[in-house]
Amino acid sequence: MSSTPLRRTALDALHRSLDATMTDFAGWDMPLRYGSERDEHLAVRTKAGLFDLSHMGEITVTGPQAAQLLNYALVGNIASVGVGRARYTMICRADGGILDDLIVYRLAEAEYMVVANASNAQIVLDALTERAAGFDAAVRDDRDAYALIAVQGPESPGILKQLTDADLDGLKYYAGLPGTVAGVPALIARTGYTGEDGFELFVQPEHAVALWEALTEAGAGVGLVPCGLSCRDTLRLEAGMPLYGHELSTALTPFDAGLGRVVKFEKEGDFVGREALREAASRAQENPPRVLVGLVAEGRRVPRAGYAVVAGGEVIGEVTSGAPSPTLGKPIAMAYVDAAHAAPGTPGVGVDVRGTHEPYEVVALPFYKRQK
Amino acid sequence: MSNPQQLRYSKEHEWLSTAEAGVATVGITEFAANALGDVVYAQLPEVGSQVTAGETCGELESTKSVSDLYSPVTGEVTEINEDVVNDPSLVNSAPFEGGWLFKVRIAEEPADLLSADEYAAHTAG
Repeated sequence: MSSTPLRRTALDALHRSLDATMTDFAGWDMPLRYGSERDEHLAVRTKAGLFDLSHMGEITVTGPQAAQLLNYALVGNIASVGVGRARYTMICRADGGILDDLIVYRLAEAEYMVVANASNAQIVLDALTERAAGFDAAVRDDRDAYALIAVQGPESPGILKQLTDADLDGLKYYAGLPGTVAGVPALIARTGYTGEDGFELFVQPEHAVALWEALTEAGAGVGLVPCGLSCRDTLRLEAGMPLYGHELSTALTPFDAGLGRVVKFEKEGDFVGREALREAASRAQENPPRVLVGLVAEGRRVPRAGYAVVAGGEVIGEVTSGAPSPTLGKPIAMAYVDAAHAAPGTPGVGVDVRGTHEPYEVVALPFYKRQK
Repeated sequence: MSNPQQLRYSKEHEWLSTAEAGVATVGITEFAANALGDVVYAQLPEVGSQVTAGETCGELESTKSVSDLYSPVTGEVTEINEDVVNDPSLVNSAPFEGGWLFKVRIAEEPADLLSADEYAAHTAG
């Protein structure tokens, strides 16, 4: 336990009035769940859920060379992102190790917003600031400038439409536009971490309560419920989305994590990690390291992060995330396993659940894909 | 939340009913069920096995964690709640009733079991 007091979001009093169970998440006091996390999960899959994600770390990059800076600092081709669009990308060390995974929004020709995980926001800010040397661009810490509210689930477009004149039908997945929601200025982004259609709304903290209340009212008739971080984790796990600290770490390159596609060698200019990532790419092709796979339990015991994956009495991998899947009705996990055991349907794979080898089926990720 | 007055409680958040013909029912409290979140798996002691007061005799698994189940008394397990094995969510929806866990023929009970009011004070701290 850290002795530093936990940071509270602009919606803190509201969470307490809703009797949320709170948890320490990366130094923030965040809602874990309001009622049953399973019900919250299913609401997002079938109706809609409302999340406070104000712990996420916003960093603004501006200036004539903002695009060049981000192309140098990150592994993606950020200069090619159109204004009003967003890109999933990563920031790596010179040795190729992943510092964080990010979403970068291009707000204007010379203005980007980088959204980092709460646990890594300071690291990302420091790295961007350091890498900005020599570029005509400014890196600004905007963590306190935004509250972030997400509305996720199939009913979310209908809910949001009641509160904004913005062209939501024209707003594609991984796009963002400035607008007004419930009378409040907001950056409206069609992004999320649940595997469902949905929106993330970046607003000034002093507007967060009004926006939350307006969304709650607009969604009341269609089953919108407040959702905590517990169901956010099971939603992203079902959708096969990695979580930093679990599937991603400085010990792994994007290629080790099966996400080599985010690295754009063809972009102009040098970028941090280029050389090491070249090597990692060919290593991954010639001599594949462990592969990230899905595991589905045949029994009911839940695999947890750190548990050994076993086959024929040998340890062949390690669980990175595991939870009971509300959608599948069975425990599921993501795990790094030796390439020889990574093919879907590989027989004889199990997880050591506190001394007992429980059988698991190897499956391709994701576990869940929404019907479009 | 209210803890039924007729039950007694352990500091590990189990409840124990008044014994009938030497056999008492054991479950976990509403406080514990709320702290766990949705219970998804219950591993209960086997019928006929011996359990010891204050020692683990099973586990309850929720979305986020695994928690040991402690026996509040020493004795022999006479019955387990198969309904909970099949539907662990009963522990959340009815912790003091349909979500009971096992029955035990009491051989010995510790002197430090709490009354409902004492347990309420324990969980308030």
